[in-house]
Amino acid sequence: MPASLAPVFEPGFFSSSPVHVALIVGGVVAAVSGVVGTFTVMRGQAFAGHSLADIGTAGGSAAFLIGISPLYGFVAMNLIAAGVMEMIGIRRPRGRDLATGIVLGAALGLAALFLYWDTTHSSTTGATINVLFGSIFELPSSLVPVIAVFSVVATGIVLLSYRPLLLSSLSPELASARGVPVRLVGIGYLVALAVAVSLSAVTIGAILSTALLIGPAATALRLTKRAGMAMVIAAAIGVAATWLGVLLAYDSYDWTTGHGWPVSFFVVTLVFAFYLVTDLSVGRLAGRRRLR
Amino acid sequence: MFSGFMINAWEAATIVAVVAGVVGFFTVLRGSAFAAHALPNGAFAGAAGASLIGVNVIVGLGVFALLGALTIGGLGRRARQDVATALAIVMMLGLGALFLSMTTEYAPEIYSLLFGEVLGVSSSELLPTAAIGVVCIAVVFALYRPLLLSSVMPDAAEARGVSTQGMDLAFLIVIALATTMAVPVVGSLLIFSLLIGPPAAARSFTDTPPKAMGLSVVFALGTVWAAIAFSYVSNLPIGFFVGAISAFSYAAGRTWVAGRRTRPVPTDAVH
Repeated sequence: MPASLAPVFEPGFFSSSPVHVALIVGGVVAAVSGVVGTFTVMRGQAFAGHSLADIGTAGGSAAFLIGISPLYGFVAMNLIAAGVMEMIGIRRPRGRDLATGIVLGAALGLAALFLYWDTTHSSTTGATINVLFGSIFELPSSLVPVIAVFSVVATGIVLLSYRPLLLSSLSPELASARGVPVRLVGIGYLVALAVAVSLSAVTIGAILSTALLIGPAATALRLTKRAGMAMVIAAAIGVAATWLGVLLAYDSYDWTTGHGWPVSFFVVTLVFAFYLVTDLSVGRLAGRRRLR
Repeated sequence: MFSGFMINAWEAATIVAVVAGVVGFFTVLRGSAFAAHALPNGAFAGAAGASLIGVNVIVGLGVFALLGALTIGGLGRRARQDVATALAIVMMLGLGALFLSMTTEYAPEIYSLLFGEVLGVSSSELLPTAAIGVVCIAVVFALYRPLLLSSVMPDAAEARGVSTQGMDLAFLIVIALATTMAVPVVGSLLIFSLLIGPPAAARSFTDTPPKAMGLSVVFALGTVWAAIAFSYVSNLPIGFFVGAISAFSYAAGRTWVAGRRTRPVPTDAVH
């Protein structure tokens, strides 16, 4: 590595194995979130996408209690929650937020109970923090095969049902007139969302899960109206923000003595900045066009 | 159950339930469930920041809740509200993660900010809670008519000169006030459940706005009182009971509506 890059890439960045895992897993998760998130934004299900990350906490903390990997608890809980949301009316635009809110409230109540038991009945005092904030630098490499399977399932569902999903997201009436099973496609999409959010929440934490699901996709959809293109741009923005965030977090060990700044702070700030810059410049361009 | 330190818990929970019942009626009517989740949850970053620089937690909560409301309102002008809300909550939580990494707060402290510690409310915390609660309810009643009109018929409201965007922002600020009032005493989870569950259940039983609002306050009071009693007897966290009772009352409301629909009713009476 040329010496001129030393201030950017702190010594040891490329040889540290937690950094390798963080870059690979973070990159994969960000790409999956971008692909799945494009439809989350188009379908107006950002609240559901965010809620699943919190709802999974109930499953994750229950998994801690019985001593299995939180990932399985997360997925099981999220699939159940997605099913209940579908049942009580996430399809109707007016009932969407309410259905999500009711399920979220009940699940957070369960999470309060399980986390309470986690801290009183066992010695895992760190369970709350671990489940809520997860850390990209503390990933066990045994999770890698599971992450691969989940990524394939989530992106597989979205890509296989791409055309009917796109049509039913843009216009449910037109889709059902053309014989698309709109409800089935919607359920399939919720499963993909539940799997993708479980994956991201367990590996990189609930905060980053929502940030990477919604931020890059919303930015991409401001830049292009074509869904396929938006998915590619969203994945690219997500991966760039994650890698840059990991780099900055690694470098930050030298900024303040004793400890580094959290990765989630950097990634969220980058995602937010990407969106804001795009929003302002696209808005200004549109304003200029209108004047002409 | 009604002795000494428990009195503060009953009083705090009663104030919070009345405010949540009133504000929650509009939250459900306007479909603002995401904002009602995002502001209390994200404002917790403000509490973490306040303890970092050594100011009162309520100040930190208030500043962050207000900034969050303005961010959602500002971004929501050009994007969908749910996207704006998602971006606002992750930015607030990201800052929260940064503040937490800099403090030496121990895990149980964070747990109590998120899930509340209603049994540990002190008398000095009651006064600000009550004061902000009164302001919050006063704002809702002052804006009652335009708020109702813009929630139910946005087009008619615009025609009468009521700005939809203005009402959106005003209501976000009301949620921010409710957040500041409730989070220090009951935590962000509990205030969210109370803003959604009881009002949603109340709406199943009546369509008249004032009745629905009154019923929503009654349900919210019933929910917190029962939750405190159960929590006291069983020693389990109060948040669990509030979540469970809210979900059950919503399910009961839905069942009641479904039961009524099976009877022969003129089609125009069913919406």
